Formats: sequence, C-alpha cells, structure tokens
Amino acid sequence: MSLFDWFADRRKGQFVGKVSQETEESDGLWGKCPECSQVVYRKDLQANASVCNSCGHHHRINSEERIALIADQGSFKPLDRNLSPTDPLGFKDRRTYADRLRESQASTGMKDGVVTGLCQIENMPMAMAVMDFRFMGGSMGSVVGEKITRLVERATAQRLPLLIICASGGARMQEGMLSLMQMAKISGALERHREAELLYMPLLTHPTTGGVTASFAMLGDLILAEPKALIGFAGRRVIEQTLREKLPDNFQTAEYLQEHGFVDTIVPRTQLRKTLASLLRLHGCKAKKAAGR
Amino acid sequence: MARRYLLEFEKPLVELEQQIEQIRELARDSEVDVSQQLLQLETLAARRREEIFQALTPAEKIQVARHPHRPSTLDFIQMFCDDWVELHGDRRGGDDQALVGGIGRIGERPVLLIGHQKGRDTKENVARNFGMATPGGYRKALRLMDHADRFRLPILTFIDTPGAYAGLLAEEQGQGEAIAVNLREMFRLRVPVIATVIGEGGSGGALGIGVADRLLMFEHSVYTVASPEACASILWRDAAKAPEAAAALKITGPDLLSLGVVDEVLPEPAGGNNWAPLQAGEVLREAIERHLDELRGLSINQLRESRYRKFRAMGRVLDPSSSETGLPA
Ligand SMILES: [Zn+2]
Repeated sequence: MSLFDWFADRRKGQFVGKVSQETEESDGLWGKCPECSQVVYRKDLQANASVCNSCGHHHRINSEERIALIADQGSFKPLDRNLSPTDPLGFKDRRTYADRLRESQASTGMKDGVVTGLCQIENMPMAMAVMDFRFMGGSMGSVVGEKITRLVERATAQRLPLLIICASGGARMQEGMLSLMQMAKISGALERHREAELLYMPLLTHPTTGGVTASFAMLGDLILAEPKALIGFAGRRVIEQTLREKLPDNFQTAEYLQEHGFVDTIVPRTQLRKTLASLLRLHGCKAKKAAGR
Repeated sequence: MARRYLLEFEKPLVELEQQIEQIRELARDSEVDVSQQLLQLETLAARRREEIFQALTPAEKIQVARHPHRPSTLDFIQMFCDDWVELHGDRRGGDDQALVGGIGRIGERPVLLIGHQKGRDTKENVARNFGMATPGGYRKALRLMDHADRFRLPILTFIDTPGAYAGLLAEEQGQGEAIAVNLREMFRLRVPVIATVIGEGGSGGALGIGVADRLLMFEHSVYTVASPEACASILWRDAAKAPEAAAALKITGPDLLSLGVVDEVLPEPAGGNNWAPLQAGEVLREAIERHLDELRGLSINQLRESRYRKFRAMGRVLDPSSSETGLPA
C-alpha cells in the first residue's frame, strides 16, 4: 500500500520526493528549495508556477493554485461543492474518521479531497477535476468518487474534453470497500466518455499511487505527468520487502513510466497551460466567443 | 479427514474428534456396540462446530478464507464444470499461473470461467505466486473476456487473491494500467458477468476481475480495500492491531451486503468450505445458474445499463442539494 509510505514519511517529518515544507508554512517572504537548498523569494517562486528557478523542482501546490495556473482567469465554475463525506463504517483507529475529516476540513477549507468544475483554456471549454493532496493524502473515498463520476457524466452529456489532475495516495481506507468501488464507478463513467469519442487526459502529479493509478490515472487517451512525480501502483517499501533487491534510482518516477510506455508526455508545470491548449486544439476543440454557461 | 490443518479457534473441537476416533478404533477391535455413544459425540461435535463458525470474528473469517484446503478456482471448476478446456496466455509473451481461465459447460450452458489460483502447499504456491497476479494475468483475463464477449459466453469470475502482485517487474509492466483497463472494459461486456469471492478479495487485485452484474460472496470469504495487516500498520502504526483493523474495515459478507457492495452471501457448511468442498460446489453452482437465469432475459443495453447503475450507486455522500444521503440523483 502506497499510503504507507506517506504516513511513514509524515512520521519522520518529511515527505517522499522531498516536497517543500516551506510552502506549507505560509509565513515568511523567503523560503528554501528542499531540492537544491537555494534560498528563494516566495513571490518569485509563485510567479514561476511554484517551480524552482534554479533546479526546476516542482513544489507542491494546492487545488486552488492549480486551477489558477490552468483555467482562463475567472472561467472556472465549480460543481457539487456541497457534497460532503459521511462516516459509513463508523470507522475508528487510534482516532475516529469523523475527527480526521474535521481536521482536514478545517485546515483546507474543503469538504473533501477534490474540486470539480467546468472551465475554459484559451476559451476552449473543458471539464476539470483537481485532487488536493492536503486533504487526507488525496485519498479517494465516496465523495471524491461521486464528484469525479458526476463530472465525467456531465462531460459526456455536454460533449466536453476532460482533464483530471491526480494527486493521491490511493483509496481511503476509512470508507472500506466503498472506497475501492469508486475505482470501478469512475472507470465505468470514463468508458461512456470514451465511447462518445471524447478526449480524456489525466495529469499525474506527485504522488499518484494505489487505487487511483489502478483506475482513472491510467485510463487517459493521453496520459500527462509532471517531471519527477512519483507514480506507481504498489508502494516502494512493499516492493523492497518482497524483492529484497535494489530498485532503480528513478523507479516509479514520471520519467521511469514514460520509459516503460505508460506516460505519453512529461510536461513542466510552466508549460502546462500552453501544452493543454495545443492538445485541445489538435483534437478539434473550438474556442468559444462568449464565456461558457 | 486424516491430518487436518487446524485453525486456532478449531482447537476446542480436537478433543471431541479424538474421542470419536478412539471409540471408532475400539469398536473396530471388539464386538461392543458403540453406535449410540458415537452418535451422541458426533452430534455434539457438529453442534460445537456450528457454534464456533457462527460466531467467527472478521479476523477469524480471514483465516478460514485463507485456509490452504479451501476450494480454489480450479477445484470449483472441477466440481461443476463439464468439457472444461483451460486456455493459456496473454498473447503478449506470458501465461500467468496466478490467474487461470478457460471455457466449459455448466449444465447446458457454455461459459467462460476465470479466477485467481492459489496453491495448496508452499511448492504449489510458489508456482502460483500465492494467487497474486501480474499485469500479464489481468491482460490474459481481459483477452479471455473479450473472447467470451465475441462468442456470447456468460463470464464467471472467481476472486481469491491477497492482492495484485507488488514487484519491480509488475510496476514496469504497468500493474495499475492493466487493472484499470479491466475495470473500464468490463463495463462494455455484452454478456452477463457473475463474480464470486470464493476466498479472500484483496483490493484492486480482486476488483480487476470483479466488475460484474452480480457479486456473490461465500459466508466466510472477505473482501477488503487494503489488507488488515497493512491497514493496521498505517492507521494504528502497529501491524499487531490487524484484528481490530479487520473488524473496522467491514470486510465480511453480511457487512458488504448492507453496504450495497455484495448481492448475495452464499452459506458455507459448518467448518467452512474446506470441511465439505462438494457441498460448497453445489451451493455455488446453484447460485450461478439461478443468477444466469435471472440475467438471461435482459437485452445487451439493459444488461450494460444495469451494471453501470449498480456501481454508480456505490458510496455514501451527504448531498444537501438533493437532501438525500447515499444514492445520487
Ligand atoms: Zn531548487
């Protein structure tokens, strides 16, 4: 289970793949890049899509920042904003699920871990879902599954291309089998979108693992990824345990997946909007004169 | 039963069984009539076994589900399938032994059967990779399902895996992609699909052959989003808390029936399917034929639509706009 890595590293106070801590502590004008240790002016970092100017490290950004980077300004219209999670199993480990939910909701201001909506890129309409890793490690429970499914269904009905920005440790254990079944539910909706000959592109960001990798992350007509993003099915630790041999240095990176044929193209974040617009145009998407509904 | 593989909670039965065995031996060597005593003891043993198996905790059910003598996919196929021909290979350079398939006949009906295959002992398990399929296994399954779709054979899948194989080669060959494509493509199938959890259903590796019109589960089978061991070490930070995790995750048939994940829980003989495999085979064959009969009347469109609706309804959310919880509008 790849969520294991996430929890394990959180315990040690660091994160797999060295995601910046300083972007999460929001105060201070200056921060240090965790990859190259360069001291950076926060405003400069933000102006460069949170990509380090000196080493190209992609700092973690939240769903709101994602949307701002991709969608035409003011074009994003959120959907199903009020869907919120329940606690169907009455789950309790060392803490209750209800408690963990409240904490994530308070710290992110979100009801659950995904934002969905309609937007435009260079005036071309598109449906978009953005997972937010801050919310319980981007784990997929009923709300994430339901919101994405509704979005895919809407995209099919309105004949829209679809972008899903993945960032997830996998299925949310606290909702048990209902979480696992979201994988099937979303895949079923994607089958209909595909049958309607519409374009679906997942963008795999750091990290995309477990049940998300084994469903919609790998079902794109075209699969995009951010540089160096961790992408995999099983957790590195689990594999090392079963294998007892050294894994390649770039194991489960976006580059490794591209090498093995599972990623179409790796897109630096600074090029993302432009690349998406090109791909949409190349697939016959047309710009709208007036703003969409 | 000569030498049995005993589970911890079965130990109270051992003494009774030994007594029965002793009396039998005694009777063999002498002329004394012990049939009354034997009957009494056997009734008592049967009742105790029933009591024990009716009160199994989720963690104990996992042990039954993983019992080395629990009937496997190929066992069931042997039991109720005629004209069975095993079909091999993913047509991409491999033939995964952990996921088997083929065509055969149940009663009058030709069907495609696929399932995870575990071994009964260490040697067999090494050959079968403990029932953990590789990407090639899932691709082989899809190839066979496509074949069934072309020739209009109903598809029966048997789920019995601790999970999809986690390894370097599996990642390199796209374990995630292989499972994902199966999930999507199974929604397209124009033939009835019945999946049965015959042992353990481990996460995505189980679901990879689990998108079905009917999902059945044996009484002591389990179906989990993550293994209780992994869940315990992540959420409890202590793998020893696996029994607590097993209970919290709601992995048993009755739990999953009430969550709307499973359609029917198939009863097992007291002692579990390993105790009376033929009886288990009869229960499963009856259920499969009954569900196939029910599905036979549906057109292709109705079949696909109802399969879609079935999964579409899974999950629980709070939706203020529809003032309903659970089902989507
Ligand atoms: Zn840097």
